[in-house]
Amino acid sequence: MDALIEYSPSLLAGAWITLQVALLSLILAVASGLLGAACKLSRIAPLRWWTALYTTVVRGVPDLVMMLLFFYGGQVILNAISDHLEWEMIELNAFAAGVLTIGFIFGAYFTETFRGAFQAVPAGQMEAGRAYGMNGWQVFWRILFPQMLRYALPGIGNNWLVLLKSTAIVSMIGLADMTWLADQAGRSTHQPFTFYMAVCVLYLAMTAVSNHVLQRLQRRYNVGVREAKV
Amino acid sequence: MTLKPNTELLRVEDLHKQYGDNEVLKGVSLTASSGDVISIIGSSGSGKSTWLRCINFLELPTSGKIIVAGEEVKMLPGSKDALKVADPRQLQKIRTRLSMVFQHFNLWGHMTVLQNVIEAPIHVLGLSRKEAMERAERYLERVGVWKFRDTYPAHMSGGQQQRVAIARALAMEPEALLFDEPTSALDPELVGEVLKVMRSIAEEGRTMLVVTHEMGFAREVSNHVIFVHQGRVEERGNPREVLTRPNSERLQQFLSGNLK
Amino acid sequence: MDWFDLNVISGSLPEFWRGLWVTLQLTIISLAIGFALAIPLSIARVSSNPWVSRPVSAYTYFFRGTPMLVQLLLIYYGIGQSEWVQQQWETGNSFWLLFRDAYFCALLAFTLNTCAYQLEMFAGAIRNIPLGEVEAAEAMGMTRYTSLCRIVLPSALRRAIPPLSNEVILMLQGSAIASAVTLVDLTGAARNVYSRHYAPFEAFIFAGLLYLAVTFVLVGLFRFAESHWLAHLQPRSASAKKD
Repeated sequence: MDALIEYSPSLLAGAWITLQVALLSLILAVASGLLGAACKLSRIAPLRWWTALYTTVVRGVPDLVMMLLFFYGGQVILNAISDHLEWEMIELNAFAAGVLTIGFIFGAYFTETFRGAFQAVPAGQMEAGRAYGMNGWQVFWRILFPQMLRYALPGIGNNWLVLLKSTAIVSMIGLADMTWLADQAGRSTHQPFTFYMAVCVLYLAMTAVSNHVLQRLQRRYNVGVREAKV
Repeated sequence: MTLKPNTELLRVEDLHKQYGDNEVLKGVSLTASSGDVISIIGSSGSGKSTWLRCINFLELPTSGKIIVAGEEVKMLPGSKDALKVADPRQLQKIRTRLSMVFQHFNLWGHMTVLQNVIEAPIHVLGLSRKEAMERAERYLERVGVWKFRDTYPAHMSGGQQQRVAIARALAMEPEALLFDEPTSALDPELVGEVLKVMRSIAEEGRTMLVVTHEMGFAREVSNHVIFVHQGRVEERGNPREVLTRPNSERLQQFLSGNLK
Repeated sequence: MDWFDLNVISGSLPEFWRGLWVTLQLTIISLAIGFALAIPLSIARVSSNPWVSRPVSAYTYFFRGTPMLVQLLLIYYGIGQSEWVQQQWETGNSFWLLFRDAYFCALLAFTLNTCAYQLEMFAGAIRNIPLGEVEAAEAMGMTRYTSLCRIVLPSALRRAIPPLSNEVILMLQGSAIASAVTLVDLTGAARNVYSRHYAPFEAFIFAGLLYLAVTFVLVGLFRFAESHWLAHLQPRSASAKKD
């Protein structure tokens, strides 16, 4: 217990890193997801093929393998560039590699979420917008997007919870997130169980807070929707 | 069907059922002898379906007696609203003697028609597969759906599903059949085929208890009709008399369509 | 420089195969044991008795709310290396020796994790079974046990096939973290090849392709399973329309 108190500032700093990785990846993933959904629903066939390839590869390759490829492969590319330009060697940092990989992976999941949500909005809604003289941008921004968001919200929530947990693998490329710091603390105090358990509790707390926020959001976005009672 | 006609098969005595403060059945009774076809009619919410469901204990009555072929189902005090069955084994045995046909068919979705019909004969009655198959063929032919034996229920019309459900009930070779509004969930054009099957099995001399909205069936097929209103039996008797010259004002309203 | 040297891959093929074999073992064994445990536990999960359902729901809350990597580290380093367990080895209690073995710890962590997910899927499917079908079983005189074995579970397990196929694929991918506890699975083999040749593209892209290939095979198998066991849920064919 003393050890836990002694190391708690370090563990909390690690939790902050974990949260940063998760939130930045989320932003990247949502952006790629929107872009991906637009491509998947596009009339241009090659765009559809590329996004299909993207989502298939992400589903079929482990996130860890992808992260190792980005981290070590990215370093090789950076070295080649700096050699070519005769710069000093640039070191790829684990934080950037982690955020890029997780953002890239979850971008594929968000692509599917947003695609489904866009398709769930009834066509009549857009027609009604056009019938009242809105232009294409107005129809998208004022009618389609807000309704799409309501359909996408449960999927977004689910993806976020999975994303949060998958941040733990950044410790495997040496980023000092809370899992990595717990490992260090466990080694130096010979109490690994205590520290890994503390990490579990921190993850559970983050999940619980997320669930709470998601429920409130869902309630707000479901205004005007009658749900079937079971 | 080895019983002689006019042997008493089922007796329900002073059955009560309440949910909280709401008393749905306020003491109803009936006696069915072998070969009887009894129609229970009444507006929705009158308690007629609850009555039928109490008879094979899908709902547990608050008080009252149920006697099947002379054997009383032993009950113990349970919660405030419901008695408890004393001996689950006795209940299971009783249930095999009273087969139920439901409003929504309740066929088992993951089984084909044939599997639906042989399931309980094999796993409840303990028949061999061969015997169960013979029964299934006989009764599926009987209700005219043998050709659908390898089809899944979801791929059939409501009328076909209900006929399968009737075959499933017949395959138990029960002493009485209980029908809980068997045509209420059907599209109007499919009602006829189910009524036709029910009429023909009634003509075989089977004992049937039918909760129904079909006045034609009540009048022409049954030999006894019971009109339930607000949890009480309001009128009962021979359908030709009761339905043509009703005594109670409620039944008059009901028959003229003014009692919903 | 050479971006992609096929010789690196061909020279390490046996290593990749051995790694793939370990990956498949870990995935298949943990999925199978997890499945076997998930069935009885899912019944406990839907029990109306809180003394039965609460412990199960606490278990799934923990294992579904924390990363599998942390669970693995907790078991291998947390339990396996703790002083108490080390003392047990010294007193010759051979059960605890198992926790010194990375392979056992990985199997244990993966099994506990997938079991938690699978049992919630099954519990969901059991809760969604049409009430009328259970009532019909009761009305036919089935005992609760017969109804469970013949009606409830067969119906629920079939409907759980699509989420289960997802879980199988996620487990295959998830098993990649086995290399965190010194196991040389497919990812572990790729890491070894990388560090020996300093060839990240060859090592990780080839490993990725192997994972992708296994995923395709699994997806195909589940398609087949769905067409076989979920025929009753598929839209009615034209020939069986209303009469």
